[in-house]
Amino acid sequence: MSTIIFFLPFILIYTIFAVYGERKISAFIQDRYGPMEVGKYGWYQTVADLLKLIQKEDIVPKKASKKLFLIAPVIIFTSIFCGFVVLPITSSWEGTLTQNGVYFLLAIVSLDVVGILMAGWGANSKYSLLGALRSVAQIISYEIPVTLSVLCVIMISQSLNLQEISYQQGILINAFPDMENVKNYLFGISALNIDVTNWGGVFTWNIFRAPVLIPVFIIYFISTLAESNRAPFDLPEAESELVAGFHTEYSGFRWAIIMLSEYGMMLLVALLGVILFLGSWNTPLPNIGNIMLANWTTGEPETIAGNLWSVFWLLSKALMWIAVQMWVRWTYPRLRIDQLMSLSWKYLTPFAMFLIFVSGLWRLLMI
Amino acid sequence: MKKKQGKYWKNIRIASSTLFQGLIQTSKHFRKAFKQRNAIGVEEENYFHRSDGLQTVLYPHELLPIPDNGRYRLHNEMDDCIVCDKCAKICPVDCIDIEPIRAVEDLGKTSDGTPKRIHGAKFDIDMSKCCFCGLCTTVCPTECLTMTNEFNFSEFDVTKHNYEFATLTPHEITEKLEALESFNKEKEKNELKNKESKVEGTQPRPKIKMKPVIKDSAIEEPDKNVSGNIKKPKFRPRPIIKKKKED
Repeated sequence: MSTIIFFLPFILIYTIFAVYGERKISAFIQDRYGPMEVGKYGWYQTVADLLKLIQKEDIVPKKASKKLFLIAPVIIFTSIFCGFVVLPITSSWEGTLTQNGVYFLLAIVSLDVVGILMAGWGANSKYSLLGALRSVAQIISYEIPVTLSVLCVIMISQSLNLQEISYQQGILINAFPDMENVKNYLFGISALNIDVTNWGGVFTWNIFRAPVLIPVFIIYFISTLAESNRAPFDLPEAESELVAGFHTEYSGFRWAIIMLSEYGMMLLVALLGVILFLGSWNTPLPNIGNIMLANWTTGEPETIAGNLWSVFWLLSKALMWIAVQMWVRWTYPRLRIDQLMSLSWKYLTPFAMFLIFVSGLWRLLMI
Repeated sequence: MKKKQGKYWKNIRIASSTLFQGLIQTSKHFRKAFKQRNAIGVEEENYFHRSDGLQTVLYPHELLPIPDNGRYRLHNEMDDCIVCDKCAKICPVDCIDIEPIRAVEDLGKTSDGTPKRIHGAKFDIDMSKCCFCGLCTTVCPTECLTMTNEFNFSEFDVTKHNYEFATLTPHEITEKLEALESFNKEKEKNELKNKESKVEGTQPRPKIKMKPVIKDSAIEEPDKNVSGNIKKPKFRPRPIIKKKKED
């Protein structure tokens, strides 16, 4: 539970830099400079924006349902922030000791649909209502491929505990209680009898341990983009059609909270994706013969070096993945609502179901 | 059924390949972003050659060079202006405001040899009204009114867009006006004197008859007695009155 003292300030600082990074990435992709005025290379642009936002008036539309309108941003942010409690940060600093952390995370994050619907409906504006309707339809549809793809990982790793899943994907696998004798085989196929437990690095990441998870990861990535209302699935806040979607009527600090939850959601799905597929806080460098790169860049649990290495790997992987999310956002045009639905129901969900079947078979190979 | 299935897999194939190409395309732009455009003007030979890297310039700090014959802010060279008022008359938006005072003394000549006869007490151009058509510069007989390549003249107060080119101070203006008044009075006196000296001693001064008003048609036909009227009938549009529809 103590991870909250890390994640709360981290989300705030990360959002400031992520907004800056997003503006710069979009600018470079479009051959522009992006923010350049406030500070060197515009470093403080987001800080200045934030200061401006805080000073703005908190406007409540006259015809809005005041209670719903005021409380909605809080619910959105709370539900997304609650998802962070189960995430481990380092090899010895884990979230709450829930054995079914993944379930809790998927369940609590779905609650932000309620907040979005409250925001859109309570504002009593056509744009907001349309945005909220789209958002709810989209998030509920895409929750299914997300859950199915997470289920594949759970079948491979046989655990709902995120810290256990993390330990499985590195050289420290035997340091976790009840896993003293577990071995990692190349591609997870025990018949090959190539023991990679001491290799570590990418060879023990889930996408390498069970290559069936690579297409699963792609499905997870696409559907989490839709979950966090990011382009190309940003129909709920389609600027050209709906002004700003469900948060059209918000201003000042409440708007900032909604923005914060959007970026928080990006971070959450990136962290979860890294933990489930990309080796969590484990190093990508394997041991090669006598060069013990994996051991050097992992450190022992409970030591300062071990903590620093694992938090470094976890966050750098997650932030890299956020950069990819931004890259995708500034590359693709927005989907139409029917395309969005057909992508979810006709393509991602059947494939995810099929991959669950394959993952089950793969698990048999791993024993 | 088979056809539909074919479409399904084709969709996936096309989508994945095109999405991949899109990512490659944007990453190319992203990687080349460290290259920056030099602030070279359109006259340079390699202006159109730069196709990669950042295309914009940091505007207030960096400027793309403007051609010397830009058509932006108006400028009037008051020394060469003969205050003919042509620019003010042709201006379609009436942004030029001129107040002339006839000069009593000799004003000299403009740089192209046109004699100056009128003081410009006021020569204001309101650039906030200007539509940059350039008609005023084409009618200007001495070419003192020109468009410059100065384009960056935004102001917080719209009244500051009124540019005054007149060089006379208010004191000078009143002086010139007084001089003109006294000159006119003297002239009148002189005329009266001349007339009086002409008619002196012969007859009492005849009464000044009101001049007959000459009509337009009279100019064309000097002999009024010609009865045939060859005046063209004027076209008068008749108002069309629509009949009300009866229910």
